[in-house]
Amino acid sequence: MGETNQNLYSGSFNIEGGNFNSAGIVSTNIKSILKKLGIPGDLVRKAAIVSYEAEINVVSYAKKAVVNLTVNSGTVQIEVIDEGPGIPNIELAMQEGWSTADQKIREMGFGAGMGLCNIKNYSDDFHITSEVGKGTHLKMIIQTP
Amino acid sequence: MKIEEIVKTLGLEVVCGGDHLGKEVTGGYTGDLLSDVMGNAREGFLWITRQVHQNIVAVASLKELAGIILINSCQPARETTEKAEAEKIPILVSNLPAFELSGKVYNLLTAKSS
Repeated sequence: MGETNQNLYSGSFNIEGGNFNSAGIVSTNIKSILKKLGIPGDLVRKAAIVSYEAEINVVSYAKKAVVNLTVNSGTVQIEVIDEGPGIPNIELAMQEGWSTADQKIREMGFGAGMGLCNIKNYSDDFHITSEVGKGTHLKMIIQTP
Repeated sequence: MKIEEIVKTLGLEVVCGGDHLGKEVTGGYTGDLLSDVMGNAREGFLWITRQVHQNIVAVASLKELAGIILINSCQPARETTEKAEAEKIPILVSNLPAFELSGKVYNLLTAKSS
């Protein structure tokens, strides 16, 4: 066992809002970094799910975002800080099925109001704060052995 | 059961990823909502859908799905096949609708394991 809180990786990635063609690239990067660090496969997949859902939210609604990946011994932390419209009512947004997605997003099979629920369900710890007109800040933590 | 056995038995068209049909299929999931598949499909599953855009490849790759079957003879977009080749995700096409195809895949998978 390593020393507690020993930092194994820290890095940042950018997501461009509105670009569905590149959606998933950041999550794919995160997944391969975690794999290389030897994080167990089921936890890597959990991290991939939460980062992909967050990435799709940025692409669907925000202007841009920075993703900070911090891997310490014992935790994987993924932070997504976007510049966008923000969420007026977080409690409502956390309800499964609630969505503000437009027709174009829905036709692609996104915008079903499941993204934030997936993030919550697949994170061991999840924090969301938002300011209308400024943006949304997500913090997801997955515990590792 | 390997993907190639399912391809052969159901007469699926292999659009791309023909070199990766030796993957083992552990189950299946049918759906057109990407977050539903993201949340509920499991590693090694075949995904039955009518979505043809390139984001299906990201979902399949991140979830480590065995492959994707498109229903109703839907053809994938060009960017979808390019990404799928790069990510080694087989994309198959069936002329059946989702309900019938899911039933057939389910029967194959459960018959083999019983």
